[in-house]
Amino acid sequence: MEFVVITMAKIAVMLGVLLTVVAYTVWLERKVCAWMQDRVGPNRVGPFGLLQPLADGLKMMLKEDVLPRHITDKALYTLGPLMAMVPALVTAGAIPWGSQLPLFGRQIQCVVANLNAAVLVVFATSSFAVYGIVLAGWASNSKYPFLGGVRSSAQMISYEVCLALSVVPVFMQIGSLSLCHMVEYQTHHTWMIFMPWQWPSFLIFIISAFAETNRTPFDLPEAEQELVAGYNTEYSSMKFSMFFLGEYAAMFVMSAMMVTLFFGGWSLPFAPFNRPATTLWIGLAHVAIFLAKILVFLFLYIWIRWTIPRVRYDQLMALGWKIFIPLTIVNIVFVGIVLALWGGR
Amino acid sequence: MLVQRPKLTFWERLYLPQVLQGLWQTLSHIPRKKFTRQYPEEKPPLYGKYRGAPELVRDPDGRVKCVACQLCEFVCPPKAIRVVPGFRKEGASDASVEKEPSDFIINMNRCIFCGFCEEVCPEEAIFLLRDFSVSGYSREEMQFHKDKLLELGGVREDKIQKWKNK
Ligand code: SF4
Ligand code: SF4
Repeated sequence: MEFVVITMAKIAVMLGVLLTVVAYTVWLERKVCAWMQDRVGPNRVGPFGLLQPLADGLKMMLKEDVLPRHITDKALYTLGPLMAMVPALVTAGAIPWGSQLPLFGRQIQCVVANLNAAVLVVFATSSFAVYGIVLAGWASNSKYPFLGGVRSSAQMISYEVCLALSVVPVFMQIGSLSLCHMVEYQTHHTWMIFMPWQWPSFLIFIISAFAETNRTPFDLPEAEQELVAGYNTEYSSMKFSMFFLGEYAAMFVMSAMMVTLFFGGWSLPFAPFNRPATTLWIGLAHVAIFLAKILVFLFLYIWIRWTIPRVRYDQLMALGWKIFIPLTIVNIVFVGIVLALWGGR
Repeated sequence: MLVQRPKLTFWERLYLPQVLQGLWQTLSHIPRKKFTRQYPEEKPPLYGKYRGAPELVRDPDGRVKCVACQLCEFVCPPKAIRVVPGFRKEGASDASVEKEPSDFIINMNRCIFCGFCEEVCPEEAIFLLRDFSVSGYSREEMQFHKDKLLELGGVREDKIQKWKNK
């Protein structure tokens, strides 16, 4: 009973924080993009436009939900956006967002589900998002969403492989698939990113993560110039915003993964932030550190989006299959040799 | 035509240096001066011969200059003008002009701000002045009638005043 209550509370907190961060990522994206183009961005609703996400949300909810007449399978059409959003929210549950919070005489672990194969769960569920996009593309029953759906399924499936293979060296070093162990290991030793033999893994992981979340330069499923809006062309109102939410939530989760795998999760490499918290304040500080690190990666996502033009589709596929997959395999062998020779543990 | 593709060096084909360069470029724009004009508070500068909405003017004596000749109505490409001709007041100082518009309607939904009316007017009674944001909540509101047009146009300095001693 107690377990259920605590877990429920954790889920509520996690979801609340996630959705708030997602809303403000959209704000940040608009602001940063404006600054990069020498504009000022949203600045009318609230100070610095800080209430803009609320206004956007309200607008989305009040919009008419248009159901185009050519849509024959309404069930699939409705399932699409749901399937695109839910996986991202589910994966968030497996990520440790802090050490522990001593609260009401208990040590509350800052993770919704402390799984011992968390990484597999994250990769497995996050690839569910592709179903949402495929369903949306198929059920929309018109050509642009269809092409967007086809593209994104191919893209996500190929980059799924790189994504999973690229982090294998990390697990080889740690010997566990649990994300909590991951952070623990990095607090005891040093962050993965400070180990030069993990750099190729990180580079491939971050690029594949961009492709996996359909962000520029790999945002081919919704390439505006060719496909109108891609798979979400026929969607409006809340259904559209679910896709939107799904995309940003996926960004959040991928950033969280990068932070956890390579940047020491909630820790900082000095006391008292490199040990599980003993007081509430340090526990909260850990959560704040974790969010701050995520924010850096979200900024990176945005920064890259407004800098780099989209790659061509064949380039994308060639990069995935001809370069990254062989590279990841070579990388696994390479790191294996390094660990065998110098015993990286 | 065959476009010759330039031979790229290995460094260029790596793509990453260009990416980094681009990232630096966008980042360096963040603190720069912004070019946004905060519109409703900050109006754009209008230059000398700016053509805004067409409006009717009065001469320095305050009389309506338009003589309801309907040339502007005739020339207007989108047929935005409608002139309802009427007579000047009996015994008024300018009674010899005979005609004046009893109503003068410009449909601002249709007007394309071309300035033909201003050009064609023999009395220099209609001018494209500097109002550029003509807006309203209904189509009805966008029909500008004589009173409104005269009010917007105001008085135009006019040295000749050809009707003065007729
Ligand atoms: S400016 Fe052109 S369109 Fe407008 S009222 Fe005059 S003639 Fe007609
Ligand atoms: S505004 Fe000028 S052109 Fe038009 S009716 Fe009056 S006098 Fe004639």
